[in-house]
Amino acid sequence: MPAQCDGDPATPRADGRVRSLRNLWRLRRYLRPYAAAYVLLLLAALAATGAGLAVPLVVQRVVDGPIARHDEAGLLRLGGLALLLGLVEAVLIFIRRWSQSSSSVGMEATIRADLYAHLQRLPAGFHDRWQSGQLLSRAISDLSVLRRFLSFGLLFLVLNMVTYVAVVILLLRLHGPLGLLVAASAVPLFLISRRFGRNYHAASRRMQDQQGDVATLVEETAQGLRTMKAYGRGPELADRFAGRARALHDTGVGKGVLLAGASALFDLVPNLTLGVTLVGGATLVARDALTIGELVAFVSLQLMLIWPVQSLGWIIANGQEAATAADRIQEVLDTPPSIVDAPGAVPLARSAVRGRLRFEGVSFRYPGSAEPVLREIELTVEPGETLALVGATGCGKSTLLSLVPRLYDVTGGRITLDGHDLREVRLDALRRLVGVAFEEPTLFSMSIWENLTLGCPDADADQVRAALALAQADFAYDLPWGLATRVGEQGLSLSGGQRQRLALARAVLGRPKLLVLDDPLSALDVQTEALVEAALRRVLRDTTALLVVHRPSTVALADRVALLDGGRITAVGRHSELLATVPAYRAVLAAEPSPTPGLVRS
Amino acid sequence: MSRPPRQHPPTGGDGRPAAELSHWRGLATDPDADRSRAEDDSPEAVARLRGRSRALLRDLLRPHRRPLGAAVALLLVQNTAAMAGPYLVMLGIDRAVPPLRAGDPGPLAAVAGAFAVAAVTEYAARRSYLTRSTRIGQAVLLQLRQRVYGHLLTLSVGFHERYTSGRVVSRLTSDVDSIAELVDGGIDTLAAAALSVLSVAAILLWLDLPLAAVTLLAFPFLFWLSRWFARASAQAYRHSREAVALVIVHFVESLRGIRAVQAFRREPRNQQIFVTVNDEYRRTSQHGFRLIATYSPAIKVIGNVTVALVLGYGGWRVLGGHTDVGVLAAFLLYLRRFFEPMQELSQFYNSLQSATAALEKLAGVLDEQPGVPEPASPVPLPAGPGRGAVTFRAVSFGYRPQTPILTGLGLAVPAGQTVALIGPTGAGKSTVAKLLARFHDPDDGTVELDGVDLRALSDAELRRAVVLVTQENHLFGGSVAENIRFGRPDATDAAVQAAARAIGAHDFIAALPDGYATEVHRRGGRLSAGQRQLVAFARAFLADPRVLILDEATSSLDVPTERLVQRALATVLRDRTALVIAHRLSTVETADRVLVVDSGRIVEDGSPARLATTGGRYAALHRQWRDSLI
Repeated sequence: MPAQCDGDPATPRADGRVRSLRNLWRLRRYLRPYAAAYVLLLLAALAATGAGLAVPLVVQRVVDGPIARHDEAGLLRLGGLALLLGLVEAVLIFIRRWSQSSSSVGMEATIRADLYAHLQRLPAGFHDRWQSGQLLSRAISDLSVLRRFLSFGLLFLVLNMVTYVAVVILLLRLHGPLGLLVAASAVPLFLISRRFGRNYHAASRRMQDQQGDVATLVEETAQGLRTMKAYGRGPELADRFAGRARALHDTGVGKGVLLAGASALFDLVPNLTLGVTLVGGATLVARDALTIGELVAFVSLQLMLIWPVQSLGWIIANGQEAATAADRIQEVLDTPPSIVDAPGAVPLARSAVRGRLRFEGVSFRYPGSAEPVLREIELTVEPGETLALVGATGCGKSTLLSLVPRLYDVTGGRITLDGHDLREVRLDALRRLVGVAFEEPTLFSMSIWENLTLGCPDADADQVRAALALAQADFAYDLPWGLATRVGEQGLSLSGGQRQRLALARAVLGRPKLLVLDDPLSALDVQTEALVEAALRRVLRDTTALLVVHRPSTVALADRVALLDGGRITAVGRHSELLATVPAYRAVLAAEPSPTPGLVRS
Repeated sequence: MSRPPRQHPPTGGDGRPAAELSHWRGLATDPDADRSRAEDDSPEAVARLRGRSRALLRDLLRPHRRPLGAAVALLLVQNTAAMAGPYLVMLGIDRAVPPLRAGDPGPLAAVAGAFAVAAVTEYAARRSYLTRSTRIGQAVLLQLRQRVYGHLLTLSVGFHERYTSGRVVSRLTSDVDSIAELVDGGIDTLAAAALSVLSVAAILLWLDLPLAAVTLLAFPFLFWLSRWFARASAQAYRHSREAVALVIVHFVESLRGIRAVQAFRREPRNQQIFVTVNDEYRRTSQHGFRLIATYSPAIKVIGNVTVALVLGYGGWRVLGGHTDVGVLAAFLLYLRRFFEPMQELSQFYNSLQSATAALEKLAGVLDEQPGVPEPASPVPLPAGPGRGAVTFRAVSFGYRPQTPILTGLGLAVPAGQTVALIGPTGAGKSTVAKLLARFHDPDDGTVELDGVDLRALSDAELRRAVVLVTQENHLFGGSVAENIRFGRPDATDAAVQAAARAIGAHDFIAALPDGYATEVHRRGGRLSAGQRQLVAFARAFLADPRVLILDEATSSLDVPTERLVQRALATVLRDRTALVIAHRLSTVETADRVLVVDSGRIVEDGSPARLATTGGRYAALHRQWRDSLI
């Protein structure tokens, strides 16, 4: 495995069973707040079992005692006792289930919140590689499997073990050799359990992964719905889905067949043991080594073993599922976030920042790819200066921008702000200083207000109004509920230009010291563009800015221009200079077709 | 979810209605934003949906009637064999021990043999029963998944916009999971418990009628209790389905936008929201669990009280000489076995309630009528070359009833013409494109292709003829080649490459680590927006439609690439009808005809050369654009 700190959704290493159990065990810290409740419910469960067992004993007493002796008072007394025991049993069951309901659900919610917090800390590189459906299935399906195990599987595992051991001890005391015989039946049970557990473990993991695949495809379908519709590719997607759903089905059937086989065996073993007891016991009785009464008592007790053993199949299945679910959850939790505050990172106050941004020999390579995208970038943006990055499609301009708010970390060289290496600045301080607008405006299905104040939750109405005015996005006030209107998912209910203007408003809200804008005006019509440009020019006057630009009109915003070609900065200067002296620059930006179009390509 | 009030927008003087804005989700413009239309709060709607979900369940089980019958038969066999075990033991003790004492092992051997047969039968029947019920259950789930997914594909873009992808994911994962929970364990316990309750009830009646009558007293209580539970839990599980959907929506959306989240330090607020929705989910499921935590012991109370009553009354009868002690003993023993499975039944009932709530959600989705339905008897497009004439006849349309976007739009585009649409944001350009691609149907008037109303065309035929390329260039998981082939699934590799070459995407694709076989990861992961646009273009070219609609499709391209695309377009569009929406006049200038749209109306119409000289809006824009070029 390469030393990659962002984790990989690849299949886990072999022999996962011990690791799975360890991972399950590691989740115990989430049980700690409920330890008292858990002890209580375990005691209640045991006591309820005891009370449940006592009721038939009392009934037997009644029948043998007062009724046989025609003792009415005794009948009432013991009948009352039976009633009391019955009520106690019910109350104990109530206590167990009630406390279970809060502890198991509470623990599930805590793990989920922690998982989410961790996912938010993991860098963009992690999210590039992991399919969101896989993350979702961990946060939802796997956690509910864990919850079921903690509320039922684990409890019954303990209860049934206790019952089993208690009954076997009673049986041994009743009759040693026959008791040993029953105890020996634990050996085949153990062997069956082991084999079943191993097979089921693999199937359970496969099923959970496939659930993630299905979730991924569903999410992707909903995302790409317009594209799917535009091409009428519903049947193809339905086929693809059918494939994944069928895989899930097949694994489900496989698991069911395994469970069926094991459950039937868990049924057979105690039955056969009972048969052997019968033959052995009858023989002993015939030799007067055992009374009939003793044999009856022995067999009756032995019958109590059937349920605990029978349920073993289900409990083991539940446990294995919980173990693989714990694995999948820990895989995410164990991935250390690679972009974090360095020890001793400085907070860098806004007022202390002049805004000199320097790229010093910066190289960048996406994890898992051999080719660097950026090589030895040397670039300085002076305080208050606006620098435009120009280059052909796919040359790495957007990647370069994403290094500034540290969405990715450089793989070589360093970026400094007023001489501070970005990696030595506190992450939240850095991101507070930088305002970003991406090439694709990311909007969430929340209110416009919430979308705008993403980075400044405490912005006031005037600030928001100013930002909207700058981005020519006053249309937001005319939406049916004004700024409280929920924009559809990804803002798709808005036009491309509207979305882009909102994203721009968001970037400038809170007056960042450093603006990083990726082709911020690409989706605007000429008129709006001119208005936004004029407004933006005022903001840019005292803000350090790095812009990606595709069009000559936007270049006018910049004081200087840098040409990015093949991952390197090949020219820096004023627009008119470069236009006059650098043919490659002219080729990328010139409105008129260049005489040699073959030279210029993406 | 409550409907937002329908009155005027709550925008106050300062533009920030504090109370509404404190709620992060904001107000949806559609009152049914969070649900399918069938889900409504009125009692009739709830009952109707419940009926639908039951019907859906029956419908799903219908093809499996025979295997289900076989499974139940096997279960009967298993239960009989299981009951035979203890009986045979008693028989062995009573009847085989005396002969054994006399030196005759025959009877014991016979009992032992019968016992072995019973045990093996039980084993075989149980194994076979469990295998079968698993197969049935999984088949039902497969069918359900495919049905819901298939239906979601047919629903309109409008539905998906308001429903959100997270909710779709929630339906097909979490909801199906809770049905799977019923399928996995539920049916097994239901059948077994129901069987033993019924058989024990028969035995009780047969043993002693008056005592059985006392037992019957328990039934009104059981019934009343169950009705309470049914109502309360149906509501609780409905809430928890909705709560988990919100968790999923927030989870999916915020992680999809993780770059924005991190760049804007949104994590704490997100966490706050997540904790809120997550806690709501915790609260609603805890409520559900508490209901069953009450219901199940309450049944136990009824059972135990009945046992005590029968004990008292039966004892009194024995004392009075009306009943034998033996009968009372047997009755009491069986009575316990009558109430024991009730616990399991209550557990099953709980799973059933939870599954029904999920099924209701799915039934609601399945009940949703496609906003743009397939015609019952589709009309074929006239064949032959040179087709692709587009006509808008008095088309009116609005996304919301109060705000029409287009009113009485008329437009005729002859086959083969390239038309550019320009105009300010919100003028209705994209709406024209969406109507032509039939993402929506007009409220009034018709959109026709070669004289055929789009509503009369089959989806397959329409999509072959009309392709829309937008700025949202979604790439599906898979290779670059697969994504281009999305335009025409039967295209050869050579055709895929040819399409990429034609629009100038070949060079960058060839330079990718695995060339055309490079996985695009999720949503295009490492391809830049411009590169994705190129792939989308190649896809459209490969699709080779009669009518091509380009809605701001070149906005993320740099100038030379755009030029390359334009040059390719010039050849590709020559014998094809095209509707191009662009704000870059460089694109517009190559069109045969320009339409200037404003407020849903066409205000200028003519060739770019002519309009540039008439002194209208286009001329002004043209001048502005000329000036912007340096």
